[in-house]
Amino acid sequence: MSVEVHPPGAPPVKTGRLRAWFYKRFPIEEFISDQLTGYYAPKNFNFWYYFGVLSLVVLVLQLFTGIFLTMFYKVGEATSFSSVEFIMREVDYGWLIRYLHSTGASAFFLVVYLHMFRALLYGSYKAPRELLWIIGMVVYLALMAEAFFGYVLPWGNMSYWAAQVIVNVFGTIPAIGPGLVEWIRGDYGIADATLNRFFALHVVAVPLALLLLVMLHLVALRRTGSSNPDGIEIKDHLGPDGHPIDGIPFHPYYTIKDTVGVGVFLVVFSIVVFFVPTFGGYLLEPANFEMANPLSTPPEITPSWYLTPYYAILRGIPNQRLGALLLLLAILAYFFLPWLDRSPVKSMRYKGWLSRTFLALFVIAFLGLIYAGQHGVEPIYVLIGRVCTVLYFAYFVLMPWYTRIERVKPAPDRLRFRAHA
Amino acid sequence: MLDRLNVVPLARKTSRVVLAALLGCVLAVQANAASESASSPAAAATSASAADSSSAAASESSAPAEAFGSNWEGWRSGNSVADLDSLQRGARDFLNYCNGCHSLKYMRYSRIGQDLQIPPDLLQKDLVPATRKPTDYIQTPMPEQDAVAWFGKQPPDLSLMARERGTDYIYRFLTTFYVDTSRPTGANNLQLPTTAMPDVLSELEGLKRAVFRTEMVNGTKTQVFDHFEMVASGSLTREQYDGFVRDIVNFLDYVGEPAQAHRRALGVWVVLFLLVFTWIAYLLKKEYWKDVH
Repeated sequence: MSVEVHPPGAPPVKTGRLRAWFYKRFPIEEFISDQLTGYYAPKNFNFWYYFGVLSLVVLVLQLFTGIFLTMFYKVGEATSFSSVEFIMREVDYGWLIRYLHSTGASAFFLVVYLHMFRALLYGSYKAPRELLWIIGMVVYLALMAEAFFGYVLPWGNMSYWAAQVIVNVFGTIPAIGPGLVEWIRGDYGIADATLNRFFALHVVAVPLALLLLVMLHLVALRRTGSSNPDGIEIKDHLGPDGHPIDGIPFHPYYTIKDTVGVGVFLVVFSIVVFFVPTFGGYLLEPANFEMANPLSTPPEITPSWYLTPYYAILRGIPNQRLGALLLLLAILAYFFLPWLDRSPVKSMRYKGWLSRTFLALFVIAFLGLIYAGQHGVEPIYVLIGRVCTVLYFAYFVLMPWYTRIERVKPAPDRLRFRAHA
Repeated sequence: MLDRLNVVPLARKTSRVVLAALLGCVLAVQANAASESASSPAAAATSASAADSSSAAASESSAPAEAFGSNWEGWRSGNSVADLDSLQRGARDFLNYCNGCHSLKYMRYSRIGQDLQIPPDLLQKDLVPATRKPTDYIQTPMPEQDAVAWFGKQPPDLSLMARERGTDYIYRFLTTFYVDTSRPTGANNLQLPTTAMPDVLSELEGLKRAVFRTEMVNGTKTQVFDHFEMVASGSLTREQYDGFVRDIVNFLDYVGEPAQAHRRALGVWVVLFLLVFTWIAYLLKKEYWKDVH
C-alpha cells in the first residue's frame, strides 16, 4: 500500500497512497520536515522555553473562544453590556467561553512577559536574532492594542473610563492631538461609534495582523534557529548528517515535551477559570459589572494589570506631555535592545554581576510599576512608581556601559546538557 | 420549607414600600416634634422609639439599651451559595420584600426554579406573579416615573449588585439603617450615607438609632459613629433578622452569577482530567527523551 516519495534534498520517504496523492500536488512533506521533523532545536531548553509555545496555545484559545463570543455578543451602547450578561446566563456554557476569554487575555500577557524575560535572560535578542526580537516586539504592541480594544467591548463602567483615559493619552501629542483623539473616537466622547470601531478592530483587524506577525516571528525563528540557555550557536558544530550535534528534531522531542508544559499550564489556567475567574478583581473588576456611565466615575481608574507598568510611568510624571513621551519611550526601548547590549556573550550564565544586578532591578521595577499602577495617586504609590521608572530606564540607558565594562566568563564551545536518568 | 414560599401580591409590595417611606416621614416628624418638646419628659418618653439620632438624650427606659455595631465595618456576609435552603428562603424573601422596587432584569423566574430545585407548579403558584410567565425576566411592578417621584431616582437593578459591590457591602447596607430625622425618608445608612432607600425592613428588624461621638479629625470636630441602640423592636429578633439578611445576600450572590455552583463542580473534573493527561504526557516525554544524551 505504501509509496515512495522523493523530497528534494532529503532521503526518500515511504508514505501511504493518500499522502502521496497530496504530496504530488502540495509540498506537505517539505512543510513537515521544515517545521517539525527537520527543524533542529538545542537540546538543553529549560523551563523558560515553554512560554513561546504557550503563547501560541493561548492565541488559538483566544481566537476560538472569541469566535463563539462574537456569535452572541451584540455590539452597541444599548446592547453590549446586556449581551455579555446574556452570554453569562443564557448561552449554554457561555460563562465558560467568556471566562476562558477573559482569563485568556491575562494569561496571554503572563506567558508573553515570561517569554520576553527569557529573551532578556539568555540574550535571545542579540545577533543574529535582532529581527526575530523586533517582530516579537511588534506582536507585543499588537497584543496590547488587541487587549485594550477587547477590554472596552463589555461596556462596563471601567471599560468606558479606561477607554477615556487611554484615548486621551493621544491628545497630548502636540498640534494634532485633539483632532487625533476625535478621529479615534469617531465622536466628541467615548460613545457608540467608538465601541463599534473598537469591535471591528478587535475581531478583524488586529487578529489578522497578529496572525501574520506571529507567522513572520516563526519564519524568522526558522532562519536563525532557537537560542538556548548557554547563548551559543548550535549550528557551529554540525554532525556528519549536516544537523547540529547539540540539536534534536523539534518533533517528536519538543512536541512531546511541550505537551507536558501545555498540560501544566492548562491545570493552572483551569483552576483560575473554574475557581477564581475574577481573581479578586484583577481579571474582572467589580466596577465593570456596572454598565458604562459617563456621569459616574469609578473611585479609581486603573487599566488591567498587564498595562499598568506603562500607566504608572505616565502617571508619575507631573507634566502630561512628558509622561506620554516617557510611556512611548518605555515601550520603544525594547526595540533597541539588540544594539544596546555590547556584551561579548549572550547568556546571563556568562555575563557579569552588573548585568545580573540591572536585570534583577528591571524585574523588580516592572513588578513595582504593576503594583503602583493599580493603586490610587496617594504619594507613596506615586513615589514607588517614580523610583521604579528610574530603575526601568536605567536597565536600558546604562546597558551599553555595564555590558562593556563588566568581566564576563567565557561561553562554552558546546551546550551544557545532562540527560535525565 | 417549600410550603412556606407564599409571596405577597405585587400591588401590595409596592404599597408596602410606600407605606414604609410614609412611616419613616411620620416618625421623622414625630421625632422632630419630640425634640422640640423635649422640656416635657412625658413627651420625650412616648416618642422615644423615634428618638433623633443626633440628640444625645437617652430614652428613659428601665433597662439600658444594648449597644452594638461599633465594629460594623468588619461585618461579613458569610454566605454560601451551596446552601440550597438559604437560597430558597432568600428567593422567597427577595420576591416578598425587595422586588416591589428592585428588578433582577437579567434573571428569569424559571431559572431560579431550575437552579434552586423549586418544582414548576410551586414556582408558578408561589413565586411568579399572576400577570407574568415563568420565563419572564424579574421586573419590578413599580413604574419608573413613580419611583423617580417618590425616591428621586429609580431603585437600582440588583442582578449584578453582589458582583459590583460584593456580598459584604449588601449585608452591611441592610444591617446599618438607623433613624435619622434629617433625611426625607426618616432613615439613614452607615454603608451608604444619605441613601435614597427608606428603612423598609424596619417592620422586621425594628428601629435603631445611631449614637455618635465627637472626635477631633484633622483639627476639626467631627461626628464619628459609635454604636447602635434599638429603639423599637420588629417582628424578628436580631438573630432572626441577621439570618434573613444573610439569606437575601446569599440569593443575590447566586443571582450575580447563577452558573457559579455548576462552574465549581465542573472545574473539579476538568482539573482532574488535565492532571491525568499531563501525567501520561510526562511518561511519554520520559520515554521519548531516553534517546537524547
